[in-house]
Amino acid sequence: MIKLTLNGLEVSVEEGTTLLEAARFYGFPIPTLCYNEGLSPYGACRLCVVEIGEGPRAKLVSSCTYPAEEGLKVRTASERVLRARKMVIELLLASCPQSKIIQDLAAAHNVRQQRFKQEYEDCIMCGLCVRMCEEQMMAKAIGFRGRGEKRSIGTPFDITSEECRQCGACMYICPACQLRCTYNEPEKAICGACSNLSPPCVEKEQFDDMMCYMEPCVACEIKTE
Amino acid sequence: MDHNDAPMATETQDEDHDGLISILERIQAKYNYLPQEALREVSEETGRSLVDIYGVATFYRAFSLKPRGKHLVSVCLGTACHVRGGPMIAEEFERQLGVCAGETTPDKEFTLETVNCLGACALGPIVTVDGRYFTKVGTAAVKKILKQAKEGLGKVEIGTDERVFPMEVNCPRCNHSLMDTDHLVDGHPSIRVTVSFGKMHGWLCLSSLYGSYNVTSEYPIPENTVAYFFCPHCHGELLGASDCPECGEPMVRMIVRGGGVVQICSRRGCKGHTLDVDGVNL
Repeated sequence: MIKLTLNGLEVSVEEGTTLLEAARFYGFPIPTLCYNEGLSPYGACRLCVVEIGEGPRAKLVSSCTYPAEEGLKVRTASERVLRARKMVIELLLASCPQSKIIQDLAAAHNVRQQRFKQEYEDCIMCGLCVRMCEEQMMAKAIGFRGRGEKRSIGTPFDITSEECRQCGACMYICPACQLRCTYNEPEKAICGACSNLSPPCVEKEQFDDMMCYMEPCVACEIKTE
Repeated sequence: MDHNDAPMATETQDEDHDGLISILERIQAKYNYLPQEALREVSEETGRSLVDIYGVATFYRAFSLKPRGKHLVSVCLGTACHVRGGPMIAEEFERQLGVCAGETTPDKEFTLETVNCLGACALGPIVTVDGRYFTKVGTAAVKKILKQAKEGLGKVEIGTDERVFPMEVNCPRCNHSLMDTDHLVDGHPSIRVTVSFGKMHGWLCLSSLYGSYNVTSEYPIPENTVAYFFCPHCHGELLGASDCPECGEPMVRMIVRGGGVVQICSRRGCKGHTLDVDGVNL
């Protein structure tokens, strides 16, 4: 067992536990976006930052990837942490304001506006879909391509992957929600319900035997009526 | 494409699936780009997922997924080259070739690309063509560079280049001279041997200049053909002691007059060669 201090409280956790798991276990909430219990931690969104160390050596680390250390002093909600978190949310809002999940995060952290150039990206590179596809669906149909500002997620060569079973798990887990909703390219489309009030699954037969993970979907409401 | 390539490229790798980049480098060296089928084959051979391989192939600028032209022109737009007029050079290349940066000319001769640093900032603006550096390039030099590239940069200027020197060779078996003073190649007596490939059998005159790859022959030898070389006097095969360090094909061995051995690759188009003078390997 490893002993560490969480917000002044002496706790002990098993070796290999991450700071995020430890904090959540002892009831200190840490917001996350790219973290999912069933997937390996990735540290992409930086929402889960916590402050470790003391005095001038204090630093911010992503708690989802930082393993608990003996004697570590962790602050999950210091002023510096909250400021950094608000900045992260502002930046997320600047790139992907249409995401319900990001909007909820902003509301929960009292972020009312963002100060950056407004963009409408449909992907925030959190890597959830890539990890979902690889680790839970054992498919490895999608992955990161390119680098820098040209980095994107998709199938190799941008053609339908032989590995893809169209399970929809990538869409289910996507916080930006429109990642793979390519309604204007029907041959690639899985659904498109999130951005369209008349989802294709209602109108077209090809969607009949596809598994759909879009739980709060208007299409399902229309169908059952 | 030839479907035996990926196995060839992967078989020397360890079983722990290491060395993906070197596999891709070898494919790129062969085709000048990474064909889709090749990546799929690498995926099958190494057991890595196609997604990972595609991710690596798109991550590095050195790899190209689109076919490239015969000559690769890289114009440096790094900070130093930029302030010295790199963008103007790039524009001039675009104008002369009629393509934008990152594109290939329709005749598949040139691929133009801009890079962020070529590591010789003091000599900017820098342009490299097929790995050869051109320094302090002005817009006027662009035309000359393209012309030079078309003529072939691999050609060395005989007479001015210090790497080129004439040598005289004998057959390693009968020690008869292989020099042919009647038939000149590059203005020097040539090395006359007999070659056979396929059903063809005839003479071949090699340039006696070390560093020159010029030849004349009775029958043209197609590129990539591995030929057998014989002494025209004793008809013994000029078989080398080792395989080509570049491509692994058998080498051809000849004795250098004055002591030493020169070996050249038997594959047409391969420039692999070794020179061993009095035990000093050059």
